[in-house]
Amino acid sequence: MSILIDETKRVLVQGITGREGMVRTKLMLDYGTRVVAGTSPGKAGETVHGLPVYDTVAEAVEREGSFDVSVVFVPGPFVKGAALEAIYGGIRLCVLVPDRVPIHDVCFVSEVAKEHGASFVGPNTLGLMSPGRALVGMIGGRSEFVRDNFKRGPVGVVSRSGGITTSIAYYLNKIGIGQTTVMHVGGDPIVGIDLAQAVGLFEEDDETRAVVMFGEIGSSQEEHVASLVSLGSLTKPLIAFIGGAAARHGMRFSHAGAIIEGGRGTHAGKVKALRHAGCTVVESFSDIPHITREVLEANK
Amino acid sequence: MARLFEYQGKAIISEAGIAVPNGEVVETPEQAVEAARRVGLPVVLKAQVWATGRASAGGIDFAAAVDSVGEKAARMLGHSVKGQKVAKLLVEQKLSIVKEFFLGITIDDHEKRPVLILSTGGGTGVEATAARRPETVARMHLDARRDIYEFEARDLVCGLGIRGKEQKRLIPVVMALWAAARRCEARSAEINPLVMTDDGDFVAADCRIAIDDYAVFRHKELGIEIAREFERPATELERIAYGVEAGDYRGTFYFFQMIRDFEKGEGVIGFHGAGGGGSMMSMDAVLKKGYKLANFCDTSGNPPASKVYRAARIILAQKNIDGYFASGSGVASQEQFQSARGLVKAFAEEGLSVPAVIRLGGNSEEVAIELLGRFSDYWPAPLEAYGRDDTPEFCADRLSVIMLLPARQKEVKRFDFPSEFTYSFKTLTGWVRFDHARCLDCGDKPCIDACVRDILKVSDGVPKLCIAEEAAAKGRCVECLACELECHARGGAGIKIELPIEGLEECTGRDDE
Repeated sequence: MSILIDETKRVLVQGITGREGMVRTKLMLDYGTRVVAGTSPGKAGETVHGLPVYDTVAEAVEREGSFDVSVVFVPGPFVKGAALEAIYGGIRLCVLVPDRVPIHDVCFVSEVAKEHGASFVGPNTLGLMSPGRALVGMIGGRSEFVRDNFKRGPVGVVSRSGGITTSIAYYLNKIGIGQTTVMHVGGDPIVGIDLAQAVGLFEEDDETRAVVMFGEIGSSQEEHVASLVSLGSLTKPLIAFIGGAAARHGMRFSHAGAIIEGGRGTHAGKVKALRHAGCTVVESFSDIPHITREVLEANK
Repeated sequence: MARLFEYQGKAIISEAGIAVPNGEVVETPEQAVEAARRVGLPVVLKAQVWATGRASAGGIDFAAAVDSVGEKAARMLGHSVKGQKVAKLLVEQKLSIVKEFFLGITIDDHEKRPVLILSTGGGTGVEATAARRPETVARMHLDARRDIYEFEARDLVCGLGIRGKEQKRLIPVVMALWAAARRCEARSAEINPLVMTDDGDFVAADCRIAIDDYAVFRHKELGIEIAREFERPATELERIAYGVEAGDYRGTFYFFQMIRDFEKGEGVIGFHGAGGGGSMMSMDAVLKKGYKLANFCDTSGNPPASKVYRAARIILAQKNIDGYFASGSGVASQEQFQSARGLVKAFAEEGLSVPAVIRLGGNSEEVAIELLGRFSDYWPAPLEAYGRDDTPEFCADRLSVIMLLPARQKEVKRFDFPSEFTYSFKTLTGWVRFDHARCLDCGDKPCIDACVRDILKVSDGVPKLCIAEEAAAKGRCVECLACELECHARGGAGIKIELPIEGLEECTGRDDE
């Protein structure tokens, strides 16, 4: 199958009348994602690409029935409010696309999500796609581009960098290896579903035979993946690349999450932890496709 | 993380009810002497810089007599401590310390919760102490939605075996630090050491707070000029770049300078990345070729062409760069012609004079590459554009090749902007202006076809907005720059899009003198 999203999931778009909301709704629909409705306070009664727009999530649920996923396209300072509205509206998965979401807001949303049994991807995520099934967020782009370049197959892809997420999937496809789901966990220091949780979801997925992971400096996500592998909780082959080898301590190179603090989260430390756990860590980004093929063949 | 100086952090925790030493901030040795008189001798002089380990770097000194205060202050003010210039000193009463503790808050990315750490082994190297003697360290995860309950603080303090009067006095400090950190949305807040004085009071001898960059907009009272991770005060260009980012929520623009005083011919490249991961890989590719990078820059998250234009202008404002390298992840989900248009406008207006390699891989890269080629007569320097199937290494290699080419002698076109305008409308960050006299002479009006948002229509033979001006100003005009570029490439040169960059002209103008 796939993880988190497929063609059966009913999707709500929060912020559907905004610049990104409008464009991405069209692209999601074109690809076949089951987008049902959108919200935009004050814009009830309008339509976007034929979809009804509601003022509130509660109204959307009342009129359209429940949703499985909400994808949020509102400016960063408003993401907390939108996510809470979705979670209280009974939606179990939020995809928080915007960046510049205050970190205390993310922690706040995380508490509420836990209490409601909900989870979230992002913030600062490109989103996720299950090739041939559905995509949610800004990932992929034009549907013909997505159809041509991303195919179904046996590999799960998870990454902390948006552009790299699609790059990995593209280069894998170029040598004929498709994916179950391709997911960007988000570039921020605190994200909802993190690398370890995503790899855990791939572990549960029947169709996924191997996982390709792009990690980078900062945070403890890769170290947690390594410890789950060591504990035997993750058994599928994992091929990893860790970015940021040249970054200096304390200096932030774009992703707010990619910063080394207090000696933790270094490139060397992550590579060592993953290798020690038995994962395959490639030295060069361009090694990912052929090493993945070797790993798949060895684990037939 | 926007770091605060010690005195700023102390002001925040003091307001939350934590005792700090009696002290004053000064900027001259004379002020230091005055402050010492008021504070009472002996005093400690502390350089206000964002660095740890100040004591061993000459950033902390004690003075028991008024005479030595001025002398010691003069030795610190204006000098460097750990590479940072000292502009301010904190003159504080010297404490009589009985015990030292560590109290800090950071955010645990695994638990996705803030975590408070209390240790009876204060001072430097708290992490090493924690590893060596775990019984001296207590941790508590915090709920971002509320303050700490008193019993929770008591549980924590008791867990370290702290009893009696000491326990009673420590609990409010624990509660207050989280209350303060929560209120100012700190990414981290640390009191190290938190000292117990000889009369049993707890006083914060030092304090380091870093505010979450993304929350700075809600905390104007903190006076943070630039909400970014910097180890030094921002440069003028960084300040200008931050102004662009702060005024435009669409996509991300991040810029900082890595080298500043360099000459032409040193092989210093202006760098323009897109997307964090791809930018880092692209940077590595250029560095491996033996070049140096003048700056780091990332425009990503689907910024409008106008933002990419401003980024390019700021990169080019770095005098003496020998090349321009733009490269992202390779397979972007965003339409690459948006970035291409921003680059074209910047390169054409500036008359790009250094060789450039532009790698714009992903959606509609063919259109982006074609666009850069079509406008190449508008700048003298060689430019090559590549897409998703060309690696950063290959592109860096191409840059090294074209940088060796002899300068071309070629006729360079310029955008023939009108000098007067008869019709204008505002956009989110600029103006679209028309000279309708020229538009009347333009046959096919390419600006209309170019406008993807369909907000331009021909009316009385000239292009005009067909939506409310207010809607265009609020963002319906997405500043894609297509109307202007098509107008100049194929039409009557009747449009000028003005995208001001506050402070840039003054900055580059001064450099010329």
